[in-house]
Amino acid sequence: MTTQPTNASERMPILDASDIVRARGVARQVAGRIGFGLADQTRLATAVSELARNVVQYGDDGFCEIADLSDANEMRLGILVEDHGAGIDNIDKAMKDGYSTGGGLGAGLPGTRRLMDEFAIESEPGLTRVSIALVRKRS
Amino acid sequence: MKIPILRLGKILLSSIQVDLTDADAMQFQNDLVNKIAEMEALGIVIDITSLEVVDSFMARVINDTAGMARLLGAEVVICGVQPYVAMTLVEMGRDLIGVDCTFNLDQGLEIIKERIGMRGDATMIEGEG
Ligand SMILES: Nc1ncnc2c1ncn2[C@@H]1O[C@H](COP(=O)(O)OP(=O)(O)OP(=O)(O)O)[C@@H](O)[C@H]1O
Ligand SMILES: [Mg+2]
Repeated sequence: MTTQPTNASERMPILDASDIVRARGVARQVAGRIGFGLADQTRLATAVSELARNVVQYGDDGFCEIADLSDANEMRLGILVEDHGAGIDNIDKAMKDGYSTGGGLGAGLPGTRRLMDEFAIESEPGLTRVSIALVRKRS
Repeated sequence: MKIPILRLGKILLSSIQVDLTDADAMQFQNDLVNKIAEMEALGIVIDITSLEVVDSFMARVINDTAGMARLLGAEVVICGVQPYVAMTLVEMGRDLIGVDCTFNLDQGLEIIKERIGMRGDATMIEGEG
C-alpha cells in the first residue's frame, strides 16, 4: 500500500457554536476514514470540540484544519485550531486543571493534552494556535 | 432542537438522541429544571446513549443540571454513557462527571425508584402521567 505524505486536509471556519458541532463531526469522520478505531475517533472528536469551543468562547475569527498525515508505517491525524482573538494571557495557568476565566471546569486544554499524542500551544494577542496529533503504528 | 421529556408518574425520563449544540444543551437544562418544579418530580433519568462526544462543557451542563435537580428535591441518574465516552472523560481528568451513572435505562429507573423509596417522603405514582 502506498500513501502520499499529505493525503488530504480539510479546513473549516470556527465562528460560532454550530461550527463546534460540525468540526467535531468532521474530525470523527476523517479519523474513521483513515482507520482509527472508535476510541481514537472519540478522543479526536472530543479534543476538537474543546479547542473549537475555546475559540468561540474566548477567541475570535478562527478555523480548524484537519490533515491526514498518514504514511505506510503509521496513521497520523494532525489538527490545527487557530484564532485571531485576544490570545491567552498566561499559557502556564491555562494549561492547569481547573483554571478557567469563563466559569468552566477548566478541563479543556489540560484534558486535550492528555487525550493526544502531540500537543503544542502558542498564543499572543491576535494569534492563538493549538496543534494536536494522534499517531498509531499500522499493524 | 427540543429534547422530549417524558413523564412516568413522579419520574422524568429524557433521552438525548442527537449531538447537541451548546444552546441546545442549555435549553435542555432549562426545560428539565422547569419541568421538575412544575410537576414536583422526585427523580430524573437522563439517557445519553446517543451522545458520542461528552466534552468538558457537556460534563458541566450535566453536573449543573443534576445539582439544580437535587436542590429541587429530585434524584438524578445518568444512563447509557458509551464506553468510549467514559474512557475519554476519565483520560481527560478525574471526576469530570459528578453524577451517578448506570449502564442502561432499566437500571437507571431501578436505582431512582429505590432511592425515592428509601426517602419515604412521598408515594410513587406508577404508570403514565
Ligand atoms: N482560544 C483562546 N483564546 C483566548 N483565551 C483562551 C483560548 N483558549 C483558552 N483560553 C483561556 O484558557 C483558559 C483555560 O481553557 P480551558 O479550555 O482549559 O478551560 P475553560 O474553557 O475555561 O473551561 P472548559 O474547557 O472546562 O469548559 C480559559 O478559561 C481562557 O481564559
Ligand atoms: Mg475550554
